[in-house]
Amino acid sequence: MITKVVMPKLSDAMETGKVIKWLKKEGDAIKGGDVIAEIETDKANVEIEAFGSGVLRKVIVDEGGQVPVGDLIAVIADPAENIEPVLAGAPKATPSAAAPAVTGAPPDPAKPAAVPAASAPGPVPATETYKSAPETGKVVPLTPESGAPRPQPAAAAAAAPAGPRLVAAPRAEAATGGRVKASPLARKIAAQRGVDIGGLQGSGPGGRIVRRDVEAALAAGPAPAAVAAPAAAPAPTRAPFVIPARTDAEYEDLALTPMRATIAKRMPQSKAPVPHFYVTSEVAMDRAWELRAELNALEGSPKVSVNDLVIRACALALLRHPGVNASFQGNTIRVYHRAHIGIAVALDGGLITPVLRDCDVKPLVQIAAESRDLAERARAGKLRASEISGATFSISNLGMLDVEEFSAIINPPEGAILAVGSVAEKAVVVDGALAVGRRMRMTISCDHRAMDGAMGARFLQDVKRLLEEPLRLLV
Amino acid sequence: MAPAQKFDVVVVGTGPGGYVAAIRAAQLGLTVAAVEDDRPGGVCLNWGCIPTKALLRNAEVVGLVARAEEFGITVGQWKADYAHAVQRSRKVADRMAKGVEFLFRKNKITLLPGRGTLKSRNVVEVAGKDGAQTLEAGRGVILGTGSEPKSLPGVTIDEKVVISSNGAVRNEVRPATLVVIGAGAVGMEFADVYAAYGTQVTVLEALPRVLPIEDEEASTQIARLFGRRGITIRTGVRVKSVTPGGGGVAVEVEADGKTETLRAEQVLMAVGRAARVKDVGLEAVGVAMEKGFVTVGPTCETSVKGIYAIGDMAGRQLLAHKAMAEGVVAAEAIAGHGPRPVDYGNVPSCTYCRPQVASIGVSEAAAKGNGREVSVGRFPFTANGKAVALGETEGFLKVVADKRTGEILGVHIVGPEATELIHEFAVGRTLEATLEELMHTIHAHPTLSEAALEATLAALGQAIHI
Repeated sequence: MITKVVMPKLSDAMETGKVIKWLKKEGDAIKGGDVIAEIETDKANVEIEAFGSGVLRKVIVDEGGQVPVGDLIAVIADPAENIEPVLAGAPKATPSAAAPAVTGAPPDPAKPAAVPAASAPGPVPATETYKSAPETGKVVPLTPESGAPRPQPAAAAAAAPAGPRLVAAPRAEAATGGRVKASPLARKIAAQRGVDIGGLQGSGPGGRIVRRDVEAALAAGPAPAAVAAPAAAPAPTRAPFVIPARTDAEYEDLALTPMRATIAKRMPQSKAPVPHFYVTSEVAMDRAWELRAELNALEGSPKVSVNDLVIRACALALLRHPGVNASFQGNTIRVYHRAHIGIAVALDGGLITPVLRDCDVKPLVQIAAESRDLAERARAGKLRASEISGATFSISNLGMLDVEEFSAIINPPEGAILAVGSVAEKAVVVDGALAVGRRMRMTISCDHRAMDGAMGARFLQDVKRLLEEPLRLLV
Repeated sequence: MAPAQKFDVVVVGTGPGGYVAAIRAAQLGLTVAAVEDDRPGGVCLNWGCIPTKALLRNAEVVGLVARAEEFGITVGQWKADYAHAVQRSRKVADRMAKGVEFLFRKNKITLLPGRGTLKSRNVVEVAGKDGAQTLEAGRGVILGTGSEPKSLPGVTIDEKVVISSNGAVRNEVRPATLVVIGAGAVGMEFADVYAAYGTQVTVLEALPRVLPIEDEEASTQIARLFGRRGITIRTGVRVKSVTPGGGGVAVEVEADGKTETLRAEQVLMAVGRAARVKDVGLEAVGVAMEKGFVTVGPTCETSVKGIYAIGDMAGRQLLAHKAMAEGVVAAEAIAGHGPRPVDYGNVPSCTYCRPQVASIGVSEAAAKGNGREVSVGRFPFTANGKAVALGETEGFLKVVADKRTGEILGVHIVGPEATELIHEFAVGRTLEATLEELMHTIHAHPTLSEAALEATLAALGQAIHI
């Protein structure tokens, strides 16, 4: 079976993508699910996985090369298979397509965003092609094209499972020479301690690498791949203040990073054409605060943040207010039956909104565990392609920055975004008397083309009620 | 005396360690003689594990009949005949012992009745009914003479009023009142059997909790459930004297500085077992011992080259399955097969009282004591559909894992079929699976095993059904 690897379309706005790094070389054995390359999109660096098994026969776009979405970038096939027809039929599939890396340059708006059809020319036997982000509300990036003829049953068994996953499968070692026989525990310890498991001799049955082998390697000396600790910064000492000679330039013009360029391009596309309206509400967070403290005192449970409670509350409220979980589509309004919630994560050079899928069916602890993981990997630039698109609603929380309230810009094609401020102690009136209470303000921005003020207000009321009676978040 | 008979391997004792060693050695092409002074199968098959499991099954059936109303079944007049239960357990034991004899024949192992004594490094003398014979071992001698019940200092086990498990498993008459000294597996199992048949049972334990080697939560749960069934549990109690007389026995105990005397028809001594090492000839050939047990290396070889010791006499866990594992290792070592040593940290511990108790690895307290940062997941059988359908909802399954790596450090189960459920984790630990691999293993619904999945998920903070 031949699997064509094409530049995936990872967001609606993505037009081109750059291959940052190939994690597999030509000739490497590939299993379905292996991470084969890192791609820089307009917003983030993502890892792409192979969906076919075989050998990486041909790398068409070298590292640094930038090509339009849908272009062939590599071919995976069995060693004996003739891939010439695929190579010959590939549109613009030449190394010259690797545009010089003017990384800050915005994608050429003239270039059509449409994906070249994956119609393989005649003689190719059974072909699977990466499919770009589909046009439907259900986002299943990087799945094999369903329209393509299915391979023979035997080959199908070897093919990787398609479809979105809740949890990333353990990644195969990037070690050369195929499969490394090692126990799951040995792999985990090796990964955590920076030991290259491929270089170890296994003492388990059949040469399997087990925990004691990794521990022996650790004991034997400095791990070869150990991460160098950053040099400790010298303790600051108080020196007399002298204005130094300032010979450097008054200012500099920074090239736009791809992320900045995308934000700059997309925000006016949202703010200008999308008529925003805003609804603000204040929530009594006392009970939610206590519940969170109690949950976090439980041993063995992931720590739950205020934002996790907000995510869960929004997910439940979105199901009851489908009109808010909606996207304006020109002639129709698409109403979603899932709550895939984008969570804005601030990065050094901008922000990204990884998507926590199916929040409506996930228990709170699952949301807590996954949101933490997503945020950590967003900051580390380790998000998967499937994790940065497909939100039906977003939440932006600046609570940790001591913000009373703010309003956010909708991230099209989503129909609404919730901006969440800090939980603060305030003087409040309870039963006619002054008291101290914890309050949090939140503001929803809604696309007036898809919904009206009262809808947004009723949704917000429900979110407020859920947060004020937080046990509802646990059922 | 006739000239010495020559074999590659001479096995002394045919308990679960010895008979497995003999069969494994025969499988590897060695000629094997097995010496036994009782019946093949040892204590386990004849007087221990197997007959007590038959008795416990009886107790379970009695318990079910007693609660038949709960299932809408009216039983009317019924009677549980304890003598019959013992007779049934004897039949079960006989059948299993015959099974061992069959396996010996099948594997062409020479079974020699009589008492085996080491005469030198490679010579064993067998004193049988028809005189003595001498065996010469060309490759190695495997000793597996087992263990016998211990008593407290100054207390004689007469097997009449002061009985051990040996007497308990044979006596067809049960006492009306019984004091069990020792709340380990043996004490708790017999307490369960006798109580089911109506004996008023008091269990005394010197340590602060019953089943002291188990996780504290398991001990607490079992003590509570036994108490609910009318069994008196007294922990932290020191037995000062045991005095037969007046058609029963008086047990003087001290607790919290106060002394009192308990009276019962019988006392069951269940304070542990001691290695059977007398008259085996160990001293003659200089086999090293430590604290009453034979000292062995990773292949079960003793301090004397060519002499191996397995099972209870070699210490560590006094469990049949540990003996069997050692039997294989010793036989393979003698055959030059390069065996993988027994992983003593991965031996399941099982108590077959109701509900059953099983564990593997370390307790939560021990894991923390080892300085591990742990995550613990628990799942009660009350939330397990199969357990509810069975009407057996007492107990829980608890997983103790390393917080960082997900390594499964220990698993503790109280509940229906706990002794079967534990093996999922035994396999997992052998393969060095972590919580994640268990989590991704689909468990059939509805099964008791789902509790394993749920406790695993709970340890990861993702339990679905609780």
